[in-house]
Amino acid sequence: MSDATLAGLLDWLRRFAAAVAEEETHLTELDQKIGDGDHGSNMRRGTAAVVAALDADAPEDVKAAFTQAGMTLVKTVGGASGPLYGTFMLRLGTTAGAVDALDAAGLAAALRAGLDGVVQRGRAERGDKTMVDVLAPGLDALDEAVAAGADAAAAARAAADGAPGLRDATAPLVARKGRASYLGERSAGHVDPGSASTTLLLQTLADALGEP
Amino acid sequence: MKKLINSPERVVTDALAGMAAAHPELTVDHENRVVLRASGAVQGKVGLVSGGGSGHEPMHGGFVGLGMLDAACAGEVFTSPTPDQMQAATLAVDGGAGVLHIVKNYTGDVMNFEMAAELAAAEGDVEVRSVVVDDDVAVQDSLYTAGRRGVGATVLLEKVVGAAAEERRDLAACEELAKKVNGNARSMGMALTSCVVPAAGTPTFELADDEFELGIGIHGEPGRDRRKLGPLSEVAQLLVEPVLHDLPDADGAPVIAFVNSMGGTPLIELYGLYAEVAAICEKAGVQIARSLVGPYITSLEMAGASVTLLRADDDVLRLWDAPVSTPGLRWGV
Repeated sequence: MSDATLAGLLDWLRRFAAAVAEEETHLTELDQKIGDGDHGSNMRRGTAAVVAALDADAPEDVKAAFTQAGMTLVKTVGGASGPLYGTFMLRLGTTAGAVDALDAAGLAAALRAGLDGVVQRGRAERGDKTMVDVLAPGLDALDEAVAAGADAAAAARAAADGAPGLRDATAPLVARKGRASYLGERSAGHVDPGSASTTLLLQTLADALGEP
Repeated sequence: MKKLINSPERVVTDALAGMAAAHPELTVDHENRVVLRASGAVQGKVGLVSGGGSGHEPMHGGFVGLGMLDAACAGEVFTSPTPDQMQAATLAVDGGAGVLHIVKNYTGDVMNFEMAAELAAAEGDVEVRSVVVDDDVAVQDSLYTAGRRGVGATVLLEKVVGAAAEERRDLAACEELAKKVNGNARSMGMALTSCVVPAAGTPTFELADDEFELGIGIHGEPGRDRRKLGPLSEVAQLLVEPVLHDLPDADGAPVIAFVNSMGGTPLIELYGLYAEVAAICEKAGVQIARSLVGPYITSLEMAGASVTLLRADDDVLRLWDAPVSTPGLRWGV
């Protein structure tokens, strides 16, 4: 059974930053269609700062790692994504605690606390065309895998596998939260940029934990 | 796209350096990106802190000074500033009478100011209240949207509540006044062209040569709909009618009429629009007591304009006339 080790989780943060940098233009293009066109640049700046903070000050446990990452995102991303991704990381770290590894159930609980923080901060529900539309069902899939006996890596893979479909399923929705909601019906037909960056978040988690 | 910049990453930093150099009566905390009065916190006065994404100049940094704001937090272009910036601003301007946060109703701004207020409460020393400005009638105020956006009323509110704080009204009175001003103001905007966010480098939206966007937001968010551009009189009607329709009666109080440029529209066109607005108000039996015409809450280089009407009783008019000395607004001093 493979746990989510501190090294694996730190690798997740680095992989997430790399994926965001690679997809920056695409994320910004999605945001230009239904938002204000800065999601890619804001997330790249924030996740690069997370990596810089890791390089400068290696965290000693999971709580320290995600508290540092969360505060860095809150301070550097701005917009709505800063408080949302920041709150996700902060709650994840607090729930995980000062440990050096999480088993599958511990990982599921920490991620779930992160999701609850996002929902509380953004007051978004499923179907509002936000990052919650990928994160919430993604974590449901992860929980199901854990219940069926999967280890942390396999459970994360279950969440990641469904993410692109969930992301694409935001396209026909009418936005009810965030700047896209000003568009009303005109927001339909475009993928939500937050759901796209959250897809990268789940995919990079699976990639990081899947490495030996 | 041509821009007079060093690089997209440096736009806000360079502008803040220029603010500091041009206005010795202001201090810029470059680390936290906060514009402050050089004279420091005023003992016994409620501190007014606002802020938001950059790109709306002179709002908000240009409204720091006597009779208006104590501090303004600058975010990246069209991106909310962050809680640590707001926290630094809040602590810097607290003169023992508490601090009022003036927040425009955008998802990011509201969340970040909320986190800042939580941080301030956790530290326990400063009493913080906040008012969320939401005057844009282009957006339906409903459970199914993020609610009406904060636009032109923000400028009027910062002036009026700034004067009230200057005459030492307490935090509760300033908060109540701010809510009254917001409740009695309505706005509507339009765009002829898109702005170009420096980091994106391309127009946020495309408009055909013969079209305009009615109900545009100050970040290039689309509005109610796209129409063929007719004469000014027709456009003015489309802007003012929904504002008048939604404007509270407030016992028939006169209005402060604010005609604002989105950045790219020159004063000659703005005054033409003001003439139409005045005529429509007169026809509707709405008396204009004061006016403000110019670029005060802009959207980078966007061509377009917005109209804000604020029902203003004697108290609000007196506060409007009170001295103000900021880079963006200056009279009576």
